[in-house]
Amino acid sequence: MLNKILFSSFVLVAVLTTSINVFANDDVNVYSYRQPFLVEPLFNEFTKETGIKVNVVFAKKGMAERLEREGEYSPADILLTTDISRLIELKDKHLLQAVQSPELTAAIPAQYKAADNTWYALTTRVRNIYSAKRLGKVDFNYEDLADEKYRGKICTRSGKHPYNVALVSAMIAEHGEAETLTWLEKVKANLARKPQGSDRAQVQAIHQNLCDISLGNSYYFGNMLNDDKQKVWADAVYINFPNQKNRGAHVNISGMAMAKYAPNKANALALMNFLVSKPAQKMYAETNMEYPVRPGVQPSKLVASWGEFKADTLSLETIAKHRKAALILLDKAQFDL
Amino acid sequence: MIIGNTSTSWKFFSWFFALALISPIVVMLVGSLNNAGDLFSHLWATVLPEYIQNTLVLGVLVALLSFCFGVPAAVLISQTNIVMAKQLRWLLMLPLAMPAYLVAYLYTDLFDYAGPVQRLLRAWFNWQSPNDYYFFDIRTLGGAAIVISLVMFPYVYMLTRTAFEQQDRNLLRASRLLGCSERQSFYKIALPLARPAIAISLTLVIMETLADFATVQYFAVNTLTTAIYDTWLGYGDFGAANALASVLMLFILFVVVAEQRARAGQRHQSSRPNANQERKKLSLTQQIFGSIFCWFLVLAGFLLPLTLLIIMAIDYADYPQLIALIATGKNSLEIAIYSATIATLIALTLALFHRLHQSRSRMIPLQISGFGYAIPGTVLAMAMLATFGPLDHAINDVAKGVGFQAPGLILSGTVFAIIFAFVVRFSAIANGTINAGISQIPKSLDLAPGSLGVKTLPAIFRVHLPLLKSSILVAWLLVFVEAMKELPAVLLLRPFNFETLSTQIYQLISDERLEQGALGAILIVLFGLLPIIFLNRQKDS
Repeated sequence: MLNKILFSSFVLVAVLTTSINVFANDDVNVYSYRQPFLVEPLFNEFTKETGIKVNVVFAKKGMAERLEREGEYSPADILLTTDISRLIELKDKHLLQAVQSPELTAAIPAQYKAADNTWYALTTRVRNIYSAKRLGKVDFNYEDLADEKYRGKICTRSGKHPYNVALVSAMIAEHGEAETLTWLEKVKANLARKPQGSDRAQVQAIHQNLCDISLGNSYYFGNMLNDDKQKVWADAVYINFPNQKNRGAHVNISGMAMAKYAPNKANALALMNFLVSKPAQKMYAETNMEYPVRPGVQPSKLVASWGEFKADTLSLETIAKHRKAALILLDKAQFDL
Repeated sequence: MIIGNTSTSWKFFSWFFALALISPIVVMLVGSLNNAGDLFSHLWATVLPEYIQNTLVLGVLVALLSFCFGVPAAVLISQTNIVMAKQLRWLLMLPLAMPAYLVAYLYTDLFDYAGPVQRLLRAWFNWQSPNDYYFFDIRTLGGAAIVISLVMFPYVYMLTRTAFEQQDRNLLRASRLLGCSERQSFYKIALPLARPAIAISLTLVIMETLADFATVQYFAVNTLTTAIYDTWLGYGDFGAANALASVLMLFILFVVVAEQRARAGQRHQSSRPNANQERKKLSLTQQIFGSIFCWFLVLAGFLLPLTLLIIMAIDYADYPQLIALIATGKNSLEIAIYSATIATLIALTLALFHRLHQSRSRMIPLQISGFGYAIPGTVLAMAMLATFGPLDHAINDVAKGVGFQAPGLILSGTVFAIIFAFVVRFSAIANGTINAGISQIPKSLDLAPGSLGVKTLPAIFRVHLPLLKSSILVAWLLVFVEAMKELPAVLLLRPFNFETLSTQIYQLISDERLEQGALGAILIVLFGLLPIIFLNRQKDS
C-alpha cells in the first residue's frame, strides 16, 4: 500500500511537470477579457497568414493582478480588454509598454488610442437606451431616465458593471458629482426591479412587459436578432442612440495593449498590426456587431441599418479618471440594493 | 497512542502540509494590513451593513434548510422501511453533482416573470401584467437560500446517514430495554449520537455558502463576497478586499469554534456498526409523506434541472460542440482527480496525526488546514498568485544566476496553482469527512496493535485504513465533485489555451446563452455522478 502511494505520487509529479508548457519562439501569448468566440476566428486567420501560433488565456477578473504578480517573467505579450477602465488600470500599474508602428498610426484615430501609445482601441460600442415599441419613437437623453414619468418602468443590470460605471463616469464629467448622485437616486427610484442579469435580460424583461426602458450596449441588439430564441425579445424594442441633440451617445471601446515584459515582442507587434488591418477590423466588428475604429471600415449591414449617430467626444481617459468617483456614487445611491 | 513523540517524520509532514495549506491565507491576512481605511469607512457608511446582514441571513437560512432537508432524509433512509429505500439512498446524493450557479440559472429561467411557468399561468388566467397576480420572486435572498440548500443538503444527508448507520445498535436496544419508547430512544440516543456528523456537515454547508459568489450574484443578492469583489475589482483596492475577506474568515472561524465547543467532551465510538439494524415500519400516511419528501428533494435538486438541461441540449447541441467538449472535459477531470487524491491523502495524514500522535499541539494542523474553504475562489486565486509569484521569481532568479535558462512561471502559471488552490479550498471537506470517520473507530484499536508488537505504520494500514475505507471514499468523492464544479479559481489561474467545463459554462451563462453550453453542463453533472454510482456499488458489495 505504501509503495502504491509512493508510486502514485511519482506519477502525479511526473504528469504535473509534463503539463508545464514551454512555449516556442514562434508563438504569441494573449491574455484576453474578450470571449473566445469573438477572437478565435481572428487568431486563426492570423496564424494562417503568418504561421505564428496564438496562445490564449480568457478571464473576466483579475488579469491585472495576475500580470502584476508575474512581473518580468510573465509570458503575456498582448492584452485584450472590453472596456477603457481595464486598459487604464493596466497602464496605471505600469504593466504596459508603448508601441508604435506605421500601421497602427495610420489605422487608429488619435481619440481612440493612448496619448503615450500604450493602448489602442479596436472597436467602439454605444451604451444605448432600449425602449419598448409600445412607447412609440422617443428621443432619449440619459438624463431622461431620472424623469418621474418613468417610475417603475426602467430595467438595468448591476450599476457596478463596468459598462454602467463608465456611463456614470461620463455623467460625472458632464454634470459633476452632486448632480450625478441625484440623477442616480432618481433613476434608482424609477427601476422596475433591483438591478440584475445581463443587458440582454433587460430586453427580455421589456418583451415580457415587466418594464419599458433599459440600458444596453449596441452589439447585444444585433446578437439578439441573430439568435433564434432571443430574436423575439429584440423585436419588441427600439434601439435608441441617446443625447443626439446635444453631446452625443456615450461610447466605450474594446482595446489592446502590449505587456511591459512581452517575451515575443516582434510577434506581438505583428498581431497588433494584424488586428487593425482592414480585413481584421471588418471581421472583428462583424463577429460581435461592433463599430470598427478604423475609418473607412464599415460596420456590418445590420449595425449600419440602425443609422448614423453622434458619439460623445469626451476623452476615454477622462471617463476612466472618474471611475472611482462613479463607484462611490453608486454605493451612496445604494443603486444595487 | 501508537505513535510516540519519537515519530518526527509524521509530525513534520503534518505541520508541513498544514502550513502549506494556510500559507495563502497568511499572505492574504498580511496583505490586508496595508489597507487604507477611507474606502472601508465609505463602504461602512453606505452598503456594508446590508451586505453583512444579507450574509448572515443567507448563512442561517441555508443551514436551516439544509438541516430540514438532510436530516429527515437521512433518518428515513437509514431507520425506516420507506419504499425504494435502496434507490433513494443514492438518488438523494445526486444533487451534489449540480453546481449551484447552474441550478440558479435554470430555475430563474423557469420561474422568472418571463419563464414558462408564469407564462403558462398568465395564459390560463388571462393575467396581463405583474400587478395582476402574486408570484414568488426567485431572484431574492430566499430564492438563493433555497437553491443553495437544494444542492448542498446532500452533505448533511450523507454524513448524518453514515453516522446513523454506524451507530452501535446495542445502545439503542439497551435504551429500549430500559423503557424508552421508539421515539424516545431516537431523540435521546440516536440523534445526539449523530450530532457531530450533523454539526460538521452544517459547518461545511455554511462555509460554502459564505464563500459563494456566482449564485448570489446571479440572484442579485449582495453579500460580503460582493463587497470583496467590488473593492478589489471595482475600487482596485486589494488591501481592503483582503481585509473584508479576513472579516469573512472571522465569521467562519466563529462557526467552526462554536461547532467544536458545542460538542466538546462528547465522545462515542462503536465497534459494532448496525448494518442490520431493525427498521421502523412506517404507517401508510407516513410512507406517503416520507416518499413525497424524498422524491421532492431528488426532483428539485437533480432531476428537474437535469431535464431542463437535456431539453436545451436537444434543441441546441451539435456535433462540433461535442468534439470540443472532449478536451475541455479531460481538463476538468484531470484537475478534479489530482485535487481529490491530494486532499484525501493530506486529510488522512493530518487526521491520523491528530488521533495517534502524542504531541500536545496535535490538533492544530487539522484545524488550521481547513480554513481555505471559507475563502471565495477568486480571492484564493489572488492569494495563490501572491504566494507563488515571489517563489517563481526566486526560482527564476536563481536559475539565471547559475547560468541556466529561466524556467518561467512553473508554479503560478500552470495547473499546479489550480490544483493547489483546490486542495486549499476543499481540504476542509476531506478533513471533516475523514475525521468524522476516525472518531467512530474505538480508541482501544489504537492501542491493540502496539500491544501485539506491530509497528505503527503497518498497524495503520492494517487497522485504521480498512475501517476508514468508506470515509476515504466519501472524502475523495466530495472533493472530486466540488473540484469539477469550482469556477473562479480556474478562471484566474489557468494556463494558456486551458478551458474546463465550468469556465466554459460560466462564460455562456453570463451571456444568457447557456443553451449552447447545455451539453457541457450535462457532462459536469455526469462526471459528478460517476463517483456517486461507484461509491454506491462499493457499499452494496
